[in-house]
Amino acid sequence: MSILVDADTKLCVSGITGREGTFHSLRNRDYGTQVVAGVTPGKGGQYLERIPVFNTFHEAVRSTGANTAMIFVPPRFAADSILEAEDAGIALIIAITEGIPAHDELRVYNIIKKNGRSRLIGPNCPGILSPGKANVGIIPAAFFKQGNVGVVSRSGTLTYQIGNVIAQSGFGNSTIVGIGGDPVPGSDFIDMIGLFEQDPETELIVMCGEIGGDAEERAAEFIAANVTKPVVAYIAGFTAPPGKTMGHAGAIVSGSRGTAAAKAEMLESKGVRVGRTPTDVAEVAASLVRV
Amino acid sequence: MDLLEYQGKQLFARHGVPVPGGRPATSVDEAVAAADYIGYPCVVKAQVQIGGRGKAGGIKLARDGHEVREHAGAILGMDIRGLTVHELWIEGASEIASEYYASLIFDRSAKAPLIMLSTKGGMDIEEVAESDPRAIARLHVDPLLGYQDFHGRRLAFEAGVDADVVRPVGAMLAKLYDVFVAEEATLVEVNPLIVTPQRDVKALDAKVTLDDNALYRHADNAALRDISAEDPQERMAKERGLTYVKLDGDIGILGNGAGLVMSTLDVVAQAGGSPANFLDAGGGSKAEAITSAVEVILSNPSVRAVLFNIFGGITRCDEVARGLIEAFDQIKPQVPFVVRLDGTNDKEGRQLLADASLPNVHAESTMDGAARRVVELAG
Repeated sequence: MSILVDADTKLCVSGITGREGTFHSLRNRDYGTQVVAGVTPGKGGQYLERIPVFNTFHEAVRSTGANTAMIFVPPRFAADSILEAEDAGIALIIAITEGIPAHDELRVYNIIKKNGRSRLIGPNCPGILSPGKANVGIIPAAFFKQGNVGVVSRSGTLTYQIGNVIAQSGFGNSTIVGIGGDPVPGSDFIDMIGLFEQDPETELIVMCGEIGGDAEERAAEFIAANVTKPVVAYIAGFTAPPGKTMGHAGAIVSGSRGTAAAKAEMLESKGVRVGRTPTDVAEVAASLVRV
Repeated sequence: MDLLEYQGKQLFARHGVPVPGGRPATSVDEAVAAADYIGYPCVVKAQVQIGGRGKAGGIKLARDGHEVREHAGAILGMDIRGLTVHELWIEGASEIASEYYASLIFDRSAKAPLIMLSTKGGMDIEEVAESDPRAIARLHVDPLLGYQDFHGRRLAFEAGVDADVVRPVGAMLAKLYDVFVAEEATLVEVNPLIVTPQRDVKALDAKVTLDDNALYRHADNAALRDISAEDPQERMAKERGLTYVKLDGDIGILGNGAGLVMSTLDVVAQAGGSPANFLDAGGGSKAEAITSAVEVILSNPSVRAVLFNIFGGITRCDEVARGLIEAFDQIKPQVPFVVRLDGTNDKEGRQLLADASLPNVHAESTMDGAARRVVELAG
């Protein structure tokens, strides 16, 4: 088992004919992911290395039974593309695009929530990898093998760093999910930790947070009330000054809230172990479960 | 992007939010001409993106041209908490019966705009929130529904505004919501929102933050960016497509990906060092981007050592190595570098660096080891 993506994933990529879209779609397919379709308006009927391209998500779903969408179009087209995938009935939408306007994200989030038929991961995220089963997005799969640690993170490269030190301790991963660094992510820690709690393969959950917002604080409350599996957390940004956006649109400390210290304290008060460095996270993980 | 007060007020005026009339000025003579046009008494206000202008002496009442000349001369060039005043806003003085507070923020936790209204305006709202949280009425608006008149009535009655201005205050909130949505703001704050003795309501101040990601749809707003207020190194980095934030320390940092760079700053601090900057070279950085990044980092004279911490996913370590070699060729840095390369094409990258045998470049295999080394070298 794993969560969200696996051997049954049938992926349709919006923006498959763009440079990045092509590169990563083919890499995902090489990994073993079923990439069944692409969408680029005006290029319907063409093929990208045997993957059929459609003008609309609706046609792609009708012809191929796609059940997962990956959004790789530029920011100004991304909200519309996400809503199109949702309208076509795709259950899981993974938005890689960085730089989508905040009000677009707000509208998309609320529409998806109101309709209640799709789950959105991202935007501005590296995607989802279930080692040995499927890779949807830009996570470098070669560093990870199948195993019992579920990882959920707001940041891409930090996930690779932490995943790598965990792998060096001998662990593998059930699924690695990047929820993205934007102010309004489609899914947050709570959604993913809830799925890992239900997943029989996952024995330990690692969450990588960062400064800004209150997603980590809310996750702490959720874990205390609902999660039986051990959770290890890491928070980036202890040295970040208030009022400065640290790269991710969501990583900004405003006022006294959202600091790394406040998040770590809240998590620890709810019984979640917090590693002070990525290496420390791996050591704590190794002390809690066997490989 | 934060707007200056007068830019915010001009935006307000376009959406029908009542504001006092005024004119901007960048010299003493312009200030006097603006005041003569507007009439007396008037207020001379420093335009800088920071609070506490009044306390710092940056806001003065003037009864005639002579006083405008005196105040404008004193305020232009004044330093307010680290920012130099280059612009003034001259506006007609308002009579004040009551001072309220109104704001709209992008509440990321609730995933909805949050409107706040209080009759305790004119002071620091965070203090009010602390000492008397019930003095602030709060309400989330469903973004799919938008602002309705009943929202305004609820807020006004709950905040306890004077009964005769419930309607105009609600009308002002409706227009502020228009500004928030139409201009794609993440913050719209009015403090104080005043009631005059004639029972008119007006926005006496304006604090507006616009979403940078949406500026492509708002060319007029994009043109308002105040480049002179930006740190020169941060501006140079932005022009080159890098994300750079200047910090107070002496260890230059470069990494790929915001989370990893933040984590690198923390690990360096734990090793006893003090980072000079945050620099995210981004995903898939090519050699030229790395060379530019080295230039940006070294343009800060405080830097005594530099740490490269790369975990390549889309980014290829051999490209990073090539960029660093090129940077050494062009810039000939005088400070030591510690380089940790892991991930995609790491072996090739390390080999390139070994073959180039750059002076004072130290390879490390782990993030922790690299952090300790760079702290030692910065001494």
